[in-house]
Amino acid sequence: MLDINKIRNDFPILSRKINGKPLIYFDNAATTQKPISVINSLTDFYTTYNSNVHRGVHTLSMQSTDLFEEARNRVAKFINSQRSESIIWTRNTTEGINLVANAWGKKNITPGDEIVVTAMEHHSNLVPWQILAETNKAKLVIIPINDDGTLNLNNIDTIINSKTKIVSVVHMSNSLGTINPIHELCEKAHKVGAKFLLDGAQSAPHMPINVKDYDCDFLVFSGHKMLGPTGIGVLYVKPDILENMEPFLTGGEMVLEVSYEKASWNELPMKFEAGTPNIADAIALGEAIIYLEKIGMEQIREHEIELTNYALNKFEKLNNLTLFGPLDSSIRGGIFSFHSEYIHPHDLGTFLDNEGIAIRTGHHCTMPLIRSLNIPATSRASFYIYNTKDEIDYFIQSLQNAIKYFTHDK
Amino acid sequence: MYNLEELYQEVIIDHNQRPRNFGKLDSANKTAEGYNPLCGDQITLYIEFNDTVIKEIKFYGSGCAISKASASLMTESISGKKKSEAMVIFNNFRNMITKTSESKFDPDILGDLEILKGVSNFPARIKCATLAWHTLKSMLDNNDQTVTTE
Repeated sequence: MLDINKIRNDFPILSRKINGKPLIYFDNAATTQKPISVINSLTDFYTTYNSNVHRGVHTLSMQSTDLFEEARNRVAKFINSQRSESIIWTRNTTEGINLVANAWGKKNITPGDEIVVTAMEHHSNLVPWQILAETNKAKLVIIPINDDGTLNLNNIDTIINSKTKIVSVVHMSNSLGTINPIHELCEKAHKVGAKFLLDGAQSAPHMPINVKDYDCDFLVFSGHKMLGPTGIGVLYVKPDILENMEPFLTGGEMVLEVSYEKASWNELPMKFEAGTPNIADAIALGEAIIYLEKIGMEQIREHEIELTNYALNKFEKLNNLTLFGPLDSSIRGGIFSFHSEYIHPHDLGTFLDNEGIAIRTGHHCTMPLIRSLNIPATSRASFYIYNTKDEIDYFIQSLQNAIKYFTHDK
Repeated sequence: MYNLEELYQEVIIDHNQRPRNFGKLDSANKTAEGYNPLCGDQITLYIEFNDTVIKEIKFYGSGCAISKASASLMTESISGKKKSEAMVIFNNFRNMITKTSESKFDPDILGDLEILKGVSNFPARIKCATLAWHTLKSMLDNNDQTVTTE
């Protein structure tokens, strides 16, 4: 059991009042709040260590380089990557996928090849592949979903076939909460000689991640969804693949030797980190990982399963709305997307904000998925380590009040 | 801090539950579509013009309480008006909702539409209130493309 009160005390923002009510932050799938240790890490860097990394001979530069690389090592350990050279800093998940689609995809996808994604991908794991498929004359194939929000794998052996070059799948759906069968899909991809990309944006913050166990070729996630700052993300690439990838962005930092005519590339991972990196935020992400590991990723997952079961039980009793996604917490994260014919998501979002509750409304960057549900938008509540059952109770009560507010005759 | 009641006035809730002039208009000689891709709100406007007069107007679609009430109130306010008069109402309404620097509006011209004034204090909801109006404007401007709020 997590000591939630102790955890909550580490997050200054949680003592804020919104519209006169205590903040209930249920928009964690969009971004999470930051503990004081992460906030302090940012000020600490700029007040004590600020300097550019690599190649500096002065003390500050050496110290900032050490902190920067220490954070990289910490990320490597966090996802059980053997080598820290496999960890490339990005801005976020979106940039990680764009990097793979460009640096790996453009070279390795040839006309007639197939790229496989699922029907529940975030736009960030869909649009880069659409563009790659168009420019390299490949075909984008979609794994469909069942009514319960799980993947429909009935025809998976036809979908992943000898033409498939990469399978790129979201680990936990940001719209449905579904946790996908990664081992199975990765194995199927490898069986036909395809690469496997795991979008861990929603899973890395909430459960143990093990690239060695999954055997994925690429893993992407964002720092800001796991207590870290915005503007820093991670791309993991298997070493043998990384060595054969062409650079994505070019310029400073990523080169070894440059003449007026040409350039040669720096060693890994710098080859993929052109320009001055986001030093302070990378170090602060390392601090976020220290915080998460102190609690324990297994324990975090357990806490969220408990919250998920609690919320599922509450939602089950409501007959005036539809909840999307699987009802089994072993394959669902703490993400609750729902729709009610009695209240539009935007009206609900405004109503709940008035009660101090932050939820997200809209298509959650999964337009094709939301369209396939035949609704214009959903409302989404998403939980994290600092959320409690009491907050869920208040949320459910407010939700009912909102429906009453918009349906009763005045 | 703004009061929720200021946004969701009783009249707005009423127009959301019982939108006026809601449905398709067979006699329409002009239709236009409005779409807000961010929230999925979608509206179709049907107008039967008699020369330059809006003889009859109806709307159909789905959206939040604000967008539905705004469309409903709009149809009531411009029905029977000349194009030029509708344009004046449009400009006054836009000025009231967006609160820009020179945003003067005449309450006498707006009439019941002033009920939507509270929206101007909720920036995230301004597009909800203006969707129907921008769709109307595209019709008055003779633009045939689907209007989006983006």
